[in-house]
Amino acid sequence: MNPFNTLRVALRAILRNKLRAFLTTLGIVIGVGAVIAMMAIGAGAKAQVEQAFAAMGTNILIILPGSTSSGGVKGGYGSMPTLTWDDLAAIRTEVGTVKQAAPSLRSSMPVVSEDQNWTTGVTGTSPEYFDIRNWPIALGSPFSQADVDGGTKVIVLGQTVVDKIYGPSANPVGQMVRVGSTPFTIIGVTAKKGQSATGQDYDDAAFIPFTTFAHKVQGGLGKFLQGQIMVEAMSSDSTSRAQQDITALLRDRHHVAPGEDDDFSIRNLSEIADARQQGTQTMTLLLASVAAVSLLVGGIGIMNIMLVSVTERTREIGIRMAVGAEPHHILTQFLIEALSLSIAGGFIGVAFGVGTATWLAQRFHWPVLIQPDVIAVSVGFSGLVGIVFGIYPARKASQLDPIDALRFE
Amino acid sequence: MREGVIELTDITKVYHTGDVDLRALDGVSLHVESGEFVAIMGSSGSGKSTMMNIIGCLDRPTQGTYILAGQNVSGMSRGELARIRNHVLGFVFQQFNLLSRTTALENVELPLEYGRVGGRARKQRATAALARVGLANRMHHHPNQLSGGQQQRVAIARAIVNEPKVILADEPTGALDSRTSVDVMAIFQGLWRAGITVVLVTHEAEVAAYASRVVHMKDGLILSDKTQEPKLAAPEGAMA
Repeated sequence: MNPFNTLRVALRAILRNKLRAFLTTLGIVIGVGAVIAMMAIGAGAKAQVEQAFAAMGTNILIILPGSTSSGGVKGGYGSMPTLTWDDLAAIRTEVGTVKQAAPSLRSSMPVVSEDQNWTTGVTGTSPEYFDIRNWPIALGSPFSQADVDGGTKVIVLGQTVVDKIYGPSANPVGQMVRVGSTPFTIIGVTAKKGQSATGQDYDDAAFIPFTTFAHKVQGGLGKFLQGQIMVEAMSSDSTSRAQQDITALLRDRHHVAPGEDDDFSIRNLSEIADARQQGTQTMTLLLASVAAVSLLVGGIGIMNIMLVSVTERTREIGIRMAVGAEPHHILTQFLIEALSLSIAGGFIGVAFGVGTATWLAQRFHWPVLIQPDVIAVSVGFSGLVGIVFGIYPARKASQLDPIDALRFE
Repeated sequence: MREGVIELTDITKVYHTGDVDLRALDGVSLHVESGEFVAIMGSSGSGKSTMMNIIGCLDRPTQGTYILAGQNVSGMSRGELARIRNHVLGFVFQQFNLLSRTTALENVELPLEYGRVGGRARKQRATAALARVGLANRMHHHPNQLSGGQQQRVAIARAIVNEPKVILADEPTGALDSRTSVDVMAIFQGLWRAGITVVLVTHEAEVAAYASRVVHMKDGLILSDKTQEPKLAAPEGAMA
């Protein structure tokens, strides 16, 4: 019997009882659908995390000043200034793994125009900051080293601040705003960055030279850097090295004895990103395992139904053998039936999984990434399930004795 | 002298059930020539069904040789026997044994599917076989839409579609009324007269009367083996 004919006979047998066929494939459909949907969600989440951390800037370390300890109670990081401007200079010049560094002095202040105002986080920093943060300037230009040296009153606004004060498509470069009691000239607007991984709006910000910030907001430029230091390492590989190098440098400069805690703290964003990544990956693997179990159950369902089918069709098998069906004909017939059921279940499952993932993406705005290789593997796996769980019933059928089979009621 | 198509020599069949051995056939020899119409008679337990199963290559003898149409089939594998059944033999059963929810035409095509006959030739040959038994106008009916006699005729068409050397019929009229039985026996006689060897198993003397030779069996042995003048089956109405 040619293969096309075998397939035709198998499909006929399956379609003879559509409800049973549907229920049998349900296990596979749900298993495959779940795998596809969960992998899509997992991949989407992973991609989103990657994107978010890329938006923060790559190879970044954030150095925060130390904690205070008063009567045994430790204040949080930043409660005591321990970083100095000389520290910053040393980091820039003495650590080979550091590409560039910028100070970050921050305060929440109202930015006021003639008729509008908006309270935002104002950061005093140096020109390297925008490069470190991978943050292009959309309109105008950033402030320069000259502005820093001269403590000029220039300001770069984030897109949200511009939207709130001037409207969405305005170009406010050249106009004046007041920050606190000081007038500033707007010299640039940063490009839109969107939301951070924690839901914070990057574009709700403003940037001025740190010298201006120190003088106008902090009461003067003292020895201590009252803020954080942002560092960009030479490469992603050297980021941990840079962290170690800076730690050694600062401990030395601050005369921290061996065994004592650091009087500062360094946050390595790529480590945080990796940790997040790991978490998502573990989740995805776990969910995929659960879905795989469901595929297994689906396979058992197929084997069960095929065994019932063989018993029900014992007479039919006897007739086929009497008129000339060889054992391998019978085996192939039932194996193809099992395979058809499982692969059909696989395809329906793919449609179901893709549909669910897409619906979730639209309804809940979850990030979803549909991966063609996961789809191919799932369909392949469902075929494998059909063969593995169909072979036993098919063999049983092919080994029936024709005389007994013909006598079967 | 016509050549022997069924050559059974010293056939023994023993079933081992627990401690008791059942000798269904006890050293039986049978020679059937091409073109005979043989009826094998006996009561239940005589060994006639076992004999039929062995002749039909559905079962293998414990001892003895079976030469069918010149081939020694005694030692053949299950697959080889299936091929022999497909090309050399045709079966007709008491319970018709048609595939349900399948048309008459597809039922008749079944042996051709296993005989690797292509689609168009299959349809042609199956249609011709159905015409030969007078059911050309019922090709697309399912068995549950046919009477008992019609179903048996479809079964006969299926048995002859591969142009076998021997047709084996196991109580073919057992499930039919007397009128239909005569119609069916008329078809067998028609096939016999056209040159096919027919071997029929029955426990009814009225049915055995239509054959040209009657073999009586009892307790796994042949009691008697006589040729006779067959009773003519006269069917009512025209027949193809």
